[in-house]
Amino acid sequence: MKINQKIFLQFGICIILFCLIGILINNLTVNLIRTGLGFNFSWLFKPASFALAEHPLPYTSSDSYAWALFIGWLNSLKVIVSSLILATFLGTIIAFARTGKNSLLGLISAAYITIIRQTPLLLQLMFWYFVGFLGLKDNMFIHIKNIFNITNQGIDFSGLFFSSEFLALSLGLSIFTSAYIAEVIRGGIISVSRGQWEAFRSLGLSERKGLIRIILPQALPAIIPGLTSQYLNLAKNSTLAIAVGYSDIYAINDTIINQTGRAIECFIILLFSFLLLNLLITNTMEIINRLILNSQKHT
Amino acid sequence: MRRLVTGIVGLAALLAGCATTNQDNSSRLNLIKNRNELICGVSGKIPGFSFLKSDGSYQGLDVDICKAFAAAIVGDSEKIQYRPLTAAERFTAIKTGEIDLLSRNTTFTLSRDSSGGNGLTFAPVIFHDGQGLMVKKESKISSLKDLANKSICVGSGTTTEQNINDAFESAALPYTPIKYQDLNQVVAGYLQGRCSAMTSDRSQLAAARSGFKNPKEHIILDDVLSKEPLAPASDGQDQKLADAMRWVVFSLISAEEQGITKSNIDEKVLIAKDNPQLKPLRRFLGIDGGLGEKIGLSNDFVVKVISSTGNYGEIYDRHLGPNSEVPIPRGQNELYNKGGVHISPPFN
Ligand SMILES: N[C@@H](CCC(=O)N[C@@H](CS)C(=O)NCC(=O)O)C(=O)O
Repeated sequence: MKINQKIFLQFGICIILFCLIGILINNLTVNLIRTGLGFNFSWLFKPASFALAEHPLPYTSSDSYAWALFIGWLNSLKVIVSSLILATFLGTIIAFARTGKNSLLGLISAAYITIIRQTPLLLQLMFWYFVGFLGLKDNMFIHIKNIFNITNQGIDFSGLFFSSEFLALSLGLSIFTSAYIAEVIRGGIISVSRGQWEAFRSLGLSERKGLIRIILPQALPAIIPGLTSQYLNLAKNSTLAIAVGYSDIYAINDTIINQTGRAIECFIILLFSFLLLNLLITNTMEIINRLILNSQKHT
Repeated sequence: MRRLVTGIVGLAALLAGCATTNQDNSSRLNLIKNRNELICGVSGKIPGFSFLKSDGSYQGLDVDICKAFAAAIVGDSEKIQYRPLTAAERFTAIKTGEIDLLSRNTTFTLSRDSSGGNGLTFAPVIFHDGQGLMVKKESKISSLKDLANKSICVGSGTTTEQNINDAFESAALPYTPIKYQDLNQVVAGYLQGRCSAMTSDRSQLAAARSGFKNPKEHIILDDVLSKEPLAPASDGQDQKLADAMRWVVFSLISAEEQGITKSNIDEKVLIAKDNPQLKPLRRFLGIDGGLGEKIGLSNDFVVKVISSTGNYGEIYDRHLGPNSEVPIPRGQNELYNKGGVHISPPFN
């Protein structure tokens, strides 16, 4: 009886969901046909006829819209991955400072977290870009024997060039996310019982060694899920790229909607691109999580 | 459990209700009249065209066009809600119905005007413009060629973005476009030295320059990269609203052709009333002919429009004339019989 009821209920919910989706799709197509549009992706293969400042792979304005979108996706991936690494690094240091014994460092890191979390990300990005990077005036070159050149166009690291737009976005996202990551890590560290701290101290381990070798491994299972959701937030926040002139997938999508008027198709593509990015992040984190759990079982 | 089921069913019913296709074909013109207010999309950042003043009011040529529409449709040029929009936002704002119409330095192009493109429809051109480039005087850049391999600041979601590419590509010159979302950012990027030049409609360059600390240190190059006929736009599905908009713009031009101004309009109405032989004037001012009704407006819509904004020439002079903040010579924006291109079809 109970089981029957459950099956019946789930079946019912499924039917309702299908109907709803059906109605929405029908609504969309009817309206699209009414406006003479109709679903159509053939424009994807027409030439984009706009240039891009940054492209990890070869790109010219005669390439297709599809290729331009892919380049945008790669640009997004590039900024997300680099910010993710930097944010984790920064966040860890701040969390350690926050939980450590040095009360001055603790205070500074608490202030950092508060300030960063209390100001809007958009404002921070604009600050890093227009004040931070573009503030380096034309004539202000920092040369270090042609290995390291900083101008307001960007940083040239022995032939490898990073534009101001990329740097500002990446730095801004990293700093913003690091404040949240620090709190996630701190939460994990606090969740480890006090006894563990006394244990490693009584073993004569230094604070740093104890934290890294004893406490952190035990804290990781509590940290990973929170970290994953911060990474996903970072990925979504990266769409603010357009505010600092960086050509991520969202910015390119924007241009294409304007040129083609294909807003619905473009948003569907955007949706799937982000799904792909986020699945990539979640799955990688899942694998890391499993590796950690496994290695802890063995020790 | 039961509550959950009823909840879901209720939600489904609600969504189904919302999702039924909107087949109501009545024009937005009626909606505006019933609301007794016009929602007009503008830029808000371009002195002379649409600019938010410190007292909270909007001013400029584009704004006066909104006022003319409001005067014609709801009978009061002040009953307007302005929506500042970025270039990339503007078309979606029309298609989703967030705004009634757009009066925002928007270039009239085939793609934008077609149902297979952005799905809009354009009213007649209110300002003939062309794309230009602005550089710092000290840079010694004097033509397109000098900009090879340089960065250029551009606004995204604009015709500008495509034109600049066309121009550099056909001259076989490499360049780097740095794309921003709105004019203020384009300007900041340019002034901060991220780009060697900024590009936009020449009117916008002149307007932006008027707000710089040292306008004299910047020059607009002679190269004109494109035609940018700027025109108001509305949803391409709505023929009635489009008709009304088209003839409101023509009424501004026609009034200038006939020498009808804000200050003499009342007098002209009296003359027309007293002189049955002045047929064209009587039709224009709505005394005979019932022209307004044919486009869903009141027959005297021209009188309402001209008494609130004046004719096209008056609007132009107020915002872009020699004594305004952003003086731009009238050039091709003169009437057809004075060497320009503005002309109105007959009010018959
Ligand atoms: N007329 C062109 C360009 C007009 C335009 O909107 N330009 C950019 C700047 S390059 C812009 O956003 N300007 C005003 C604003 O930022 O509000 C078009 O219709 O595409």
